[in-house]
Amino acid sequence: MSAQLLGLHQPGTTWLHRLPAGAKLVGLMLASIVVVGVRGPASALVFVVVAGLLLVRSGARLGLTLRSMRWLLLSAAILGTWTVWQNGWPRAVEVVGDLLALILLATTLTVTTPVDEVMDAVARGLRPLRRVGVDPDAVALAFSLMLRAIPSTILLAEESRDAALARGLERSPRARLIPFVIRVVARARDTGDALHARGVGD
Amino acid sequence: MSRILLEQVTVSVPTHDGTRQILGETTLDLSEHRIALIGPNGSGKSTLARLLNGLVTATTGRVLVDGLDVAREGRDVRRRVGFMFTDPAAQLVMPTAREDVALSLRRTHPDKAARLVAADRVLADFGLEGFGDRSVHGLSGGEGQLLALAGVLATDPAVLVADEPTTLLDLGNSRRIGDLLLGLPQQLVLVTHDLDLAARCDRALLVRSGRIERDGDPAEVVEHYRAAP
Repeated sequence: MSAQLLGLHQPGTTWLHRLPAGAKLVGLMLASIVVVGVRGPASALVFVVVAGLLLVRSGARLGLTLRSMRWLLLSAAILGTWTVWQNGWPRAVEVVGDLLALILLATTLTVTTPVDEVMDAVARGLRPLRRVGVDPDAVALAFSLMLRAIPSTILLAEESRDAALARGLERSPRARLIPFVIRVVARARDTGDALHARGVGD
Repeated sequence: MSRILLEQVTVSVPTHDGTRQILGETTLDLSEHRIALIGPNGSGKSTLARLLNGLVTATTGRVLVDGLDVAREGRDVRRRVGFMFTDPAAQLVMPTAREDVALSLRRTHPDKAARLVAADRVLADFGLEGFGDRSVHGLSGGEGQLLALAGVLATDPAVLVADEPTTLLDLGNSRRIGDLLLGLPQQLVLVTHDLDLAARCDRALLVRSGRIERDGDPAEVVEHYRAAP
């Protein structure tokens, strides 16, 4: 999935934008349980259609969204082919359908909700756990950093791939993977330094 | 201006066969408005800069900012000392410009609505009106560095430490950010390879091989470095 899409809020006035972040988070959790719990290809297709309609209703830029999802669709196709070979058509439709539905629902959440609101909702939800030593603000920040890390990690993967290509090592998984892992660790350290320097967590 | 003291500070790091000293014993008293740190790559400039808000801890000696010990009172020091990194991509940790500035304001503006209004005001102050909802990934190098600066200065620190803030920028943006930094009311500790920028500061230090080789009038220090880079 593209770095431009994940974790990026697109302002709007749809009912999905107006819905409180906490309600959307709880809704996503419940929907995930239902999507995984209900078995069968027919239900998976229904979930994809419903999730797709929600994304359309969110006002997300569909051209950008579809372009951004090309690698995901390719991965889903590979997964589907493998599952057809291993378990047959019905199971493949169910697995790929459930996966697509969850991705579409999560994208709808990030498109319609600023991360700041998600952080506040997570912090509010975790406040009762303060008594057992949980720091709600720290967990909320970790949650938002996780969202932020997805597109930046994709960018690092693309840079590592380009570097391998530039050196004629496009067929070497080692030339792609090792620099990628090193860059991800370095970026994590940089992010830690940045948070530390800004006094976040003090 | 703030007063930054380094008292017999050294910094060493562990290596596979012992330790390596990155910064030799250094004693400094920094109270000028704009201070430049220049020198070759790997000379210890960034280590020296990172000592000032606790990103690097002194192996021996101590660092004081307005009397506050960086090692013991790090939280209070970081509220006084802002830090700007070379690469804004490393510094911008939230998805959008408004959210990133708002992150800096969480302590001073607990109320979310007030925080977002304040974040928009900070963006406007830095000429970033209309950037609030922009992804930090989609910003140009100059815009990203400007946003990073806005995020740091949003909390109004007394001191700004900038570690090669113009290195990744094109000429126009480099001049723009450089001029902006030198015009700030805050005390500025500027690590830079831009010798023209360094020459415009009030004091310059040439760091080489982990030691302060030259310290004083920027024109003289820069001239010395140009003659023997």
